[in-house]
Amino acid sequence: MKWDVRRIREWKFYEHPQGATILEAGNSLYYQTGSWRTFRPVWIGEKCTHCLYCFIFCPDAAVKVSKEKIAGFDYEHCKGCGICATECPREAIEMVEEQRESDR
Amino acid sequence: MTAKKKVAAITANVACAYAMKQIDPDVVPAYPITPQTTIMEEFSNYVADGAVNTRLMRVESEHSAMSAAIGASAAGARVMTATSSQGLALMWEMLYIASALRLPIVMQNVNRALSAPINIHCDHSDSMGARDAGWIQLFSENAQEAYDNTIQAVKIAEDMRVRLPVMVLYDGFIVSHAIDRVELLDDEVVKDFIGDFKPVYSLLDVDNPVTVGPFDSLNGYYFEFKRMQEEVMRRAKSVIIKVGEEFMKVSGRSYGLFETYQIEDAEYVLVLLGSAAGTARVAVDNLRQQGIRIGLLKLRVFRPFPFEEIAKALNSAKIVAVLDRSISPGSQGGPVFQEVCSALYSFDCSPVIVNYIYGLGGREIELAHFFKVVSDLEDLSEKRSKESFVRYLNLRE
Ligand code: SF4
Ligand code: SF4
Repeated sequence: MKWDVRRIREWKFYEHPQGATILEAGNSLYYQTGSWRTFRPVWIGEKCTHCLYCFIFCPDAAVKVSKEKIAGFDYEHCKGCGICATECPREAIEMVEEQRESDR
Repeated sequence: MTAKKKVAAITANVACAYAMKQIDPDVVPAYPITPQTTIMEEFSNYVADGAVNTRLMRVESEHSAMSAAIGASAAGARVMTATSSQGLALMWEMLYIASALRLPIVMQNVNRALSAPINIHCDHSDSMGARDAGWIQLFSENAQEAYDNTIQAVKIAEDMRVRLPVMVLYDGFIVSHAIDRVELLDDEVVKDFIGDFKPVYSLLDVDNPVTVGPFDSLNGYYFEFKRMQEEVMRRAKSVIIKVGEEFMKVSGRSYGLFETYQIEDAEYVLVLLGSAAGTARVAVDNLRQQGIRIGLLKLRVFRPFPFEEIAKALNSAKIVAVLDRSISPGSQGGPVFQEVCSALYSFDCSPVIVNYIYGLGGREIELAHFFKVVSDLEDLSEKRSKESFVRYLNLRE
């Protein structure tokens, strides 16, 4: 059964899958799960050796990789946990406090 | 039905362990607690002897037992466990999760009082406390019913229209440890009756990955899920009746939502659940011989509570006495009383209804106590009183 979550707001109580089970993997693509981040990872390209540790450790698959090289972060889904920055052996990721647009 | 009946002289705990052997669940996580212990003691013999394929998990607490049961059930296994009293209390938060995730776990809870003071004997306060946890609750009067309910519970829980956990309840020591006559079904009959377990979703099904137990926020769907649980619980009633009818065909023993005895022309009706029904039946026979028109309604299904059916059954009675084996401090009477009151009120029924709290911590209930109830009812009837009361049976007061 394919589960189209985009109309979930309209579902009646008896239309949900039983037990609040989520039947489709990867549906966080439909949501901005990174909206509550307080620190954002910033990549410092010149220090990076593209070892991909950050990609492996990120719990939210928010490190973008293209052709086996780091290609920045998916800020819509990065929650700002800082694991990537902690694990990076080259200190090539800096955690920077989020600011309102107006304060930048 | 098999031609030759297999009859055994065994306790309810042994009978339930035997039912579990016949059911052969995939996973049984359990922790011992009096008076449940001998179920698992007996069942672990079957495991050690290789008589079942069950993975028996000896966990460090009842909280872990129910947590493991939830995990195993979500993984797609048929899961059973058993507990009592403080053990059920320790499972508390997990009980709600098992039912909300719609996991068809079957558990015997051998009814025992809750501390303090520490008391290992029977009353119903443990499972009555869990009445809002979203589990189906089937009460049993004796070892035969405990055995039969355990087998039916599997089929009820796993019915695709239900998919809820079921608690099988019977009185600690009075039923759990007393040797009783029990008719046992053949292994094949039980196997055919319950059928194979089919998980709705399975965490082990890597081709169809699912997320179980997600977070649901302020703008989420929690309210919808709770309403769905309530709807499913309501619908479970007809499945319980249907499973009872099917069980009748294989066992010759009939099961419904409740059992009535001599209530057709009864002025007075006693309502109760559990082992005291046996004594109550003898009291009814005795009083009938004296010309008193009295009957008995023994509840089997407490959740979902059969409101309409009970109201209908009690409508022509003059006075209904509900006997509760648990206490709800600060409320008007015990939990069974409250349910029966709301049934009668909702369907605009006329009987006067009174409540007796009895048997807490294993306190005896004997024929004389039932006679006392009925003499109270006769007084009420003479005075034409419409007033309700809550009284205590066999209490030093
Ligand atoms: S862990 Fe550091 S060095 Fe390695 S790829 Fe990521 S940013 Fe570059
Ligand atoms: S901060 Fe956390 S979530 Fe964001 S990219 Fe780094 S590891 Fe992933």
